[in-house]
Amino acid sequence: MSTKLRTAVVPYLLSLPAAVWLGAFFVLPLLTILGVSLMTGNSIDGFTLTWNFSIFGDAISTYATQFGRSFLYGGISTAVALVAMYPVAYWIAFHGGRFKSVLLFLLLLPFFVSFVIRILAWQFILADDGIVLGALKSIGLIPDQTHVLSTPFAVVAGLTYDALPFMLLPLYVALQRIDQSHVEAAADLYATAADRFRSVILPLSAPGIYAGIVLVAITNIGDYLSASILGGPSTTMIGNIIQTQYVNNANYPIASALALILMVTLMLAMAVYARVFGTRTLQEHIG
Amino acid sequence: MRVPLWKRAILPSYVFLVLAVTLVPIIVMIVYSLNDAPHGRLSFSWQGFTTEWYRELFAIPDLTSALVTSLEIAALSTVIAVAIGTPAAIALARHRFRGRAVGDLVILADIAAPSVVVGASLLGLFVYLGVSRGFGTILIAHVAFNVAFVVIVLQSRLQDLDPSLSEAARDLGSSPLNAFWLVTVPVIFPAILSAALLAAALSIDDFIITSFVNGQTLTFPLWVYGSVKVGIPPQVFAMGTVIFLAGVAIAVAGVVNARRSATAS
Repeated sequence: MSTKLRTAVVPYLLSLPAAVWLGAFFVLPLLTILGVSLMTGNSIDGFTLTWNFSIFGDAISTYATQFGRSFLYGGISTAVALVAMYPVAYWIAFHGGRFKSVLLFLLLLPFFVSFVIRILAWQFILADDGIVLGALKSIGLIPDQTHVLSTPFAVVAGLTYDALPFMLLPLYVALQRIDQSHVEAAADLYATAADRFRSVILPLSAPGIYAGIVLVAITNIGDYLSASILGGPSTTMIGNIIQTQYVNNANYPIASALALILMVTLMLAMAVYARVFGTRTLQEHIG
Repeated sequence: MRVPLWKRAILPSYVFLVLAVTLVPIIVMIVYSLNDAPHGRLSFSWQGFTTEWYRELFAIPDLTSALVTSLEIAALSTVIAVAIGTPAAIALARHRFRGRAVGDLVILADIAAPSVVVGASLLGLFVYLGVSRGFGTILIAHVAFNVAFVVIVLQSRLQDLDPSLSEAARDLGSSPLNAFWLVTVPVIFPAILSAALLAAALSIDDFIITSFVNGQTLTFPLWVYGSVKVGIPPQVFAMGTVIFLAGVAIAVAGVVNARRSATAS
């Protein structure tokens, strides 16, 4: 074998094991659920492929509420996390001084607590006779029947809390990269603090905003743990439906259809978002 | 120049407020792990201080075996993900080849795809093929999401690395394999280590994907979730605290070690 041919084969050999694994257990399953969603039947008699395309329409019309709710909860929690964490990331990156790494580390501590336990801790915090409500009730500040758990607020609070470190990291990385001389140059040209923020810092941190929004929104829209532990019957999200239909009811076609719709919707949303905001900020970078 | 009030006082106070909110659930976990629970189930109210749950950490056999399962899956999935992810990262970072763009896309999609979709589609495949679910299918799933993270972490480190290092080794007569083992691996070893730690952490933490492919096998997060309806034994928070402290200790040791080697060189 010639050296040239051998070098040409090397990258394929190197990536073969990972490619096989991801092909078999990530790409193929995505294709499989397209097939499964077009089947009809039940778990006892088995499922047969009947090209039942109407399932997508049925899935959307049956679960429109849960889809809407997932995007609403996911959207609100993402927006709140972005607005809450941007000033934090900004202050640490620009004025953190020697406490930079310590502050960052402390804010990322939730990463070291198990996801389920983080949500469970919120159940303890928000419970009717828990730390906050129990104390407020005992001093008579709020009526005894006040409850927060199983309301949309509790679910969105859980989702938002979970999003904080995931939002902080990309924002901080983007802000940290900004060359201070750009900001100083704007100041030399008599740009006010607000102008400097709007026309220098904000556009330069856009990649971090994009990464944070994408990361958090996808995770939260598809989440079902927060709704399941902190929510009630009226806060069911699409993730809860997919999980119940798949694992508990063994209704594979409808669950597969819902999963596919979710995946496609999120991909389209990401593409549109990249088109609208991504390219514009890119142009601002160049222009 | 005078520093404006919002920069001097308002913004830092706000940062500490956010920090406080961030830490509240962690403090709740630690405090409740020290709360007495007469019937072995945690209640929301404070019953008195006890260290019993740390002494009786492994008193619930099912919980202990779920934790052991989680640790086994984490160790195995990390080893496999690093073993197959490292060469793939080298291929994607160092070589130009047909299919590289597709490779990058699949890795990104694997990281960005919502967990419910990844879990549901894997379960779909297993059901379709008639594969019974359990330890093996959990392991397969964990490797499938860990590989992508390993590749991403290593790829960015390899791109920063000067390729002339291994070229120099080749010029000095070393075989490509020797150049890889003697030059590339030692240089990217810290990155491999951090990729492995990330993979292990993601594996121990995963709830959603595992909940689709676990069959009857329970991991630590799944056991905890199952106990919510019947009442949480205090050991859950004690174990959570131990895992938390172990994670923090490993991270701090890693940072200290990195600082020391940075000052040494």
